Amino acid sequence: MNVLLGLAGSDESITALRRTIDRTSEIGDDLTVAVLEKADTERSQEEMYRQAEKLLSEAEVDAELERLQGDPGASLVDYAEQGEFDQLVIGGGTISPMGKIQLGSLTEFVLLNAPTTVKLVR
Amino acid sequence: MPDRVYPDGTSGPFPAPPTTDTDQSGREIEYRVVEKFAGEALEDTVEMYVEFDPTDRAQGIPPTGEERIRNWLEAIAESSVNVVARHGEDVVGHAVLVPDVDDPAAVGDVGEIEWELAIFVLQAYQESGIGTQLLKHLLGHADELGIRHVWLTVERWNTPAIALYERVGFEPTGTESFEQEMGILLE
Repeated sequence: MNVLLGLAGSDESITALRRTIDRTSEIGDDLTVAVLEKADTERSQEEMYRQAEKLLSEAEVDAELERLQGDPGASLVDYAEQGEFDQLVIGGGTISPMGKIQLGSLTEFVLLNAPTTVKLVR
Repeated sequence: MPDRVYPDGTSGPFPAPPTTDTDQSGREIEYRVVEKFAGEALEDTVEMYVEFDPTDRAQGIPPTGEERIRNWLEAIAESSVNVVARHGEDVVGHAVLVPDVDDPAAVGDVGEIEWELAIFVLQAYQESGIGTQLLKHLLGHADELGIRHVWLTVERWNTPAIALYERVGFEPTGTESFEQEMGILLE
């Protein structure tokens, strides 16, 4: 399967990165990792890019690594449309103090606009 | 200071528990504060959630299955503020505020922090005014404690719930996604 992973700077993105790397090493999917430009996140685009580079090389997973500029949702969906991907993976879903699951606006945008099946890693 | 945006004006006053009144189906309902959310009070509420129809779950809560329900309630029990609606011996509604801080034990002034609200009413007791009363009594009790900033999220398509929150003074805040965030400022 040809998989595209979109990474913002959140902890959920780190979880999605780790799980996707694990699955890729196990299954042997083709993987492209797109690092998004998103304001107000725990990590900058550059930090996230380096983190992805490090985890991919530690796991000895051979993947395409890209930086996407501009609005994170639009640039990711646009990139997905340009390639021939079977699945788009994103991390999302934070837990409120009450225990409620909350999905952010980037998650919603990708779920509604992506041309492919979307996997939401929680 | 609160992170979220709250309405400019305050809402209230709200009635404080305990109150007993008759719902729209003629049932006598008592609204009561749960001072310590443990023992029998906790068990009665667990029992209500075991009976709860999962179609009315919201954003993953309440969880299903007695053990998961008990774990959830115990996790929020310590520092939460709870009001229940009782019909005879049974808990038929539960409204709760949970402090939105990492270390609830370190909170000095409850008026300085934000509180997340949730409310659930057992299906057989819905659409009879109990939800509105329960919500008002929780806010009345919160006001007595000095709580000022209360927020919640509600699924955007849940228009009856949004209408209920708006009736008591909640206003939409924050960015729109699957969940609508709403806030109220108490006096």
